[in-house]
Amino acid sequence: MRLRLRPCGNYKERYEEELTIFETDFGRLWSLIGIVLLFFVIPFVFGQYGLYVLNHVGIYAIGAVGLNILIGFTGQISLGHGAFFGVGAYTAAILMTRLHVPFLPSIFAGGVVTAAVGLIFGIPSSRLKHLYLTISTLAGQFILEYIFVHWSSLTGGTEGIILPKSSIFGFVLNTDRKFYYVIFIFFLLSIWVAKNIVRTRYGRAFVAIRDNDQAAEGMGIAVFRYKLLSFAISSFYAGFAGALWAAYLGSITPEPFTFGLSIDFIAMIIIGGLGSITGSVLGATFITLLNELLSQLAAYFMNIKALAGGALTVAPLREFFFGLVIVLFLIFEPRGLAEVWRIVKSSFKLWPFSY
Amino acid sequence: MDFFLQLLIQGLSIGCLYATAALGFVMIFKSSSVLNFAHGELLAIGAYIFLVISVWLKLPIVVAFIVTFAGSFALGFVIERLFLRPMIGEALIEVIMLTVGLAAMFKGLLLFIFSGNTYVYPNFLPNWLGLRIGNLTIAPVYTATFAMTLVLLVVFGLFFKYSSQGIYMRSVADNQTAALSLGVNVMRVFALSWAIASLVCAMSGIVLGILNGINVHDLSKLGLKVFPVVILGGLESIGGAIIGGLVIGVIETLVSGYFSTSLRDVVAYVVLVLILMVRPYGLFGLVEIERV
Repeated sequence: MRLRLRPCGNYKERYEEELTIFETDFGRLWSLIGIVLLFFVIPFVFGQYGLYVLNHVGIYAIGAVGLNILIGFTGQISLGHGAFFGVGAYTAAILMTRLHVPFLPSIFAGGVVTAAVGLIFGIPSSRLKHLYLTISTLAGQFILEYIFVHWSSLTGGTEGIILPKSSIFGFVLNTDRKFYYVIFIFFLLSIWVAKNIVRTRYGRAFVAIRDNDQAAEGMGIAVFRYKLLSFAISSFYAGFAGALWAAYLGSITPEPFTFGLSIDFIAMIIIGGLGSITGSVLGATFITLLNELLSQLAAYFMNIKALAGGALTVAPLREFFFGLVIVLFLIFEPRGLAEVWRIVKSSFKLWPFSY
Repeated sequence: MDFFLQLLIQGLSIGCLYATAALGFVMIFKSSSVLNFAHGELLAIGAYIFLVISVWLKLPIVVAFIVTFAGSFALGFVIERLFLRPMIGEALIEVIMLTVGLAAMFKGLLLFIFSGNTYVYPNFLPNWLGLRIGNLTIAPVYTATFAMTLVLLVVFGLFFKYSSQGIYMRSVADNQTAALSLGVNVMRVFALSWAIASLVCAMSGIVLGILNGINVHDLSKLGLKVFPVVILGGLESIGGAIIGGLVIGVIETLVSGYFSTSLRDVVAYVVLVLILMVRPYGLFGLVEIERV
């Protein structure tokens, strides 16, 4: 096999060349190296805590990729993805505890049920646009949150549900490392699917709707159907991630699935870069690590303050810095980490003549 | 029947508070098309400035009012200049997210300084404000709320109708490009609308403080309650915001009085969804006509 180098100009002659994922074979090589690192190096280098954080990164990345399909590619803003994540988690938990469905079918069912819920909340998009749609998804968030807490015969109310140990074909997933493999296999799968959705006719239709839905309709795209499809795909991703999360943590309460989680998801894709699959992964990594770092710092300072005898609590500053990072990112690099990554790459490529 | 009337009055006064909060929201939206998710935090900041001046520093109430209004007016200006101005021309979601980030910052700071406790104002409202009609008693707070809303409406009505700044603001809301070409300083209008909105927020924050005591979590949750209110009336309509506020306030109090208090927080959103199904642009919103 001969490695193709990057050409010095744009020599593309056919449409297919425009659509390829890897422009040069180096891209393939790097992804292969990445996969080897991901599966054969990282799980043995990191300790239990490192794997715990990485597992969260993987789960949130799946959800963020889904949300990016909806917001970044189709241009429909959803403020309800925190609740959708919760719907997936509850579906899987209820299936596994009440009906004793095995792990794999329940997490897929979590995705499917959430997709159905997402379809319901996507229906207003036939008539509503922009801000009105955004706020109707906000209403969806609060209504679902209410259901999680108050339909206690199904969801266990504020006490939540404790899940049994998950297993795949008799292979019990009882350590962080075993779950790491499961999560990251699904992570790769979901990225592969998303990459291929956005470069085929569905993705093209989504982008057309995002840029101008009237024009898209004029060109013969069934706007409403594609909007619904986008809602369904994106909530499937969110629900699937939620189901994985529930199985991984082993117990769920309504607490985490609040408006704050929806905000976290949107922060991920904005900081990562709207309309970029790589960006969503980078953003999910960034936000999860930031959250983890800030809460570790808060705990650390709490201890010092306790030593000093001060009753001052620094935990709220976590929220302050979270907001600050979002604001600074939006003002100074609104295209997100994906753009930063592109700039770094191109300055390497053009070195020593980059400007 | 007495119970119903009592609830109705309570609902109307809470509705007035929602309406004034929504007034500021609609003002920002009309002039600069920014959906402000930090509205509850603006309310809270106003309420806390008042708390610090009147309770902690023990200065007279009049001074507290003046400082609070001046402070929140300036805050609105600063927010627009520092954070919103660089975002002009960016996509909708990014501007929304910026205000969400601002909300997180403010909330974190307020929690850091004041923690999550509930503070109460001293009772400075004179007793003669309380009314008694038959079996019905109206507490002084409620009368004060009604009075404040009325005064605000009259003042803003006059401001928009007669003052030059008010007319500039209306022109920008009506057609930004045309206003710009006629020499209106659009940037200044944006800044002014943020400043006024923040001032209105402080006002309703103080009244809320008298009503329920102030607590960062409650106030920031109230900021989200503004959304059903403004959507009900239509995002662009100030009159709609008032009516929306009253309707949501009354529905909430009736539901919590007759059914359960836990339903109270969610009923506004259910109403919102139902309204949007029938009228996609709210009751008085502008129907957009789009061309390619």
